[in-house]
Amino acid sequence: MEKILLRNIDVPDSHTIGVYRSRGGYRGLEKVLREMSPEQLIDEIKASGLRGRGGAGFPTGMKWGFVPKDSPKPKYVVCNADESEPGTFKDRLLIEKDPHAVIEGTLIAAYAIRSHTAFIYIRGEFSFGAQVLARAIDEAAAAGYLGKNVLGSSYDIDLILHRGAGAYICGEETGLLSSLEGGKGWPKVKPPFPATHGLFGCPTVVNNVETLASLPWIIEQGASRYAAIGTEKSKGTKLFSVSGHIEKPGVYEVDMGYPFKQFLQEHCGGVPEGKKLKGVIPGGASMPVLRAEELDGISMDYESFQAAGTLLGSGGVIVMDESTCMVRAAWNIARFFAHESCGQCSPCREGCHWMEKIFRRVEHGDGKEGDLDLILSVSGNIMGNTICPFGDAAAMPAAAFIKKYREEFDQHIREKRCTVTSSTSRVPA
Amino acid sequence: MMNAVKFSDESLKRFGEIVGRYPKKEAAMLPVLYLAQREFGYLSCEAIEYVARLMDVPVARVYGVVTFYTMLNMKPIGRHHIQVCRTLPCALAGAERITAAIKAKLGVGVGETTADGRFTLSEVECLASCGTAPMMQVNDDYYENLNEQSVGEILDKLK
Ligand SMILES: Cc1cc2nc3c(=O)[nH]c(=O)nc-3n(C[C@H](O)[C@H](O)[C@H](O)COP(=O)(O)O)c2cc1C
Ligand code: SF4
Ligand code: FES
Repeated sequence: MEKILLRNIDVPDSHTIGVYRSRGGYRGLEKVLREMSPEQLIDEIKASGLRGRGGAGFPTGMKWGFVPKDSPKPKYVVCNADESEPGTFKDRLLIEKDPHAVIEGTLIAAYAIRSHTAFIYIRGEFSFGAQVLARAIDEAAAAGYLGKNVLGSSYDIDLILHRGAGAYICGEETGLLSSLEGGKGWPKVKPPFPATHGLFGCPTVVNNVETLASLPWIIEQGASRYAAIGTEKSKGTKLFSVSGHIEKPGVYEVDMGYPFKQFLQEHCGGVPEGKKLKGVIPGGASMPVLRAEELDGISMDYESFQAAGTLLGSGGVIVMDESTCMVRAAWNIARFFAHESCGQCSPCREGCHWMEKIFRRVEHGDGKEGDLDLILSVSGNIMGNTICPFGDAAAMPAAAFIKKYREEFDQHIREKRCTVTSSTSRVPA
Repeated sequence: MMNAVKFSDESLKRFGEIVGRYPKKEAAMLPVLYLAQREFGYLSCEAIEYVARLMDVPVARVYGVVTFYTMLNMKPIGRHHIQVCRTLPCALAGAERITAAIKAKLGVGVGETTADGRFTLSEVECLASCGTAPMMQVNDDYYENLNEQSVGEILDKLK
């Protein structure tokens, strides 16, 4: 498999501009500034088939194309480096090991929409990553890739590193923009979309770190080479963060369309200690869980995960072996969402807490007849009834856990105790 | 007024630089609050009022922001803020045992500070380090692949 995103990370001092340039870095930016108009650049990215890696999979070139060319307002690009979807840790790796690829990609995106101010919004907890990026930004500015008249062109671009302060919802693009405007990270109703009404009401493109870091390679090697990798609707390579009960956890770069079972078995070494696989969450904690037997025939692309009733999401693969208590796992995720709901919409604010409470009591042996149907009904009432997709992200996994492991939930309620005593996810008695 | 909350000259200069970086002043809210938190230790009501005046926004807006984000504190915290990740991938790797070990060692519960002000213990959500779980963050630093023994050794080194 070709390494596009991880091509630099094992090289010593990959975070420095010297090493980055010695490996072809910033040639993509030079090429777009010298040889391409913004329109040609957008067409090239459309032709590559690149889709957003932040979770929604929206075609990147098309998103850029929505930005009005003739708007008298300033335009902004924001690199979304808020990475907080449980099970996802790929952006952090790129930020820490290949910050210049993230910067170069952000500058290429800015040129595509003729923006003169770009931001990298990095989650507050990434203190080290912010230091690495700050130094890389200084290096890039000193080398003339940033600032006025970049590389002798008449193009000016400023890049501002902005630290969040701890809130999952600031990863959602409109929540991020509210946060960047200096307020609470409250999402906004869409439409209007950020492409026309984003930061301070101005046209804005928000792209994920991995999306942006893919751009330099695509420009340098050509869209057709990128589009030759993958499946019909999922082009190129994708980073998967693999965690949980797996022999070799870590970040893997995979050609889209690769067989999922083979990936887990051969690349990640399978489930440790000869234990049996029980379930996998394939795309970060917001996505529906799959039972072990459902993995057959799934390939790692947008279409295949969707056909299996889940989503590729952020590519955060969480593996659970037979010792895992699925009630406790569901409760853990429900607790995450209850903690992170921004509280603007009542179905999400109330529903998330309600689901968390019920999962908790089932796990602790206080579950009642009808509790599971109650969760399913609360989940159904959140779906589609909220300002931002967080509501769905909380509702989907809750319902999926119950539907797929119903017998285990029923047993907890019937026997009034946690029936998976071997679970690793608990304090030993 | 004695001991009025006020930036040092150096912080005031830094404040000017930060605000100058942004297309609009209000966008500088989080970096200015970080600056205030660094200088004052935590964001008291007086500090919030002071920041509101500096930023030309209503106090309620600053208060709303401070209470929204987990990294902005309205109360003093220990010198070392231990934040154990409790989300699923870390839980699968035994995060609950790490928290239990820390509680036993320090004699505090989650959300509490040791009597000597050395440690505050918190549980937090996923810190994007799930491949090296279980893990914790202490102030700015990540500690990964923890076990009950290593966590004790790490805490011993934090004076
Ligand atoms: C609740 C929620 C959390 C999100 N968190 C992130 C995140 O941490 N990082 C990210 O890049 N996108 C996140 N997204 C997706 C963004 O809203 C947005 O779609 C993405 O940044 C667009 O970039 P892309 O097109 O390059 O994927 C989140 C979405 C939702 C609904
Ligand atoms: S769905 Fe939840 S997170 Fe999104 S805006 Fe509504 S309350 Fe906030
Ligand atoms: S779950 Fe702990 S770092 Fe992700």
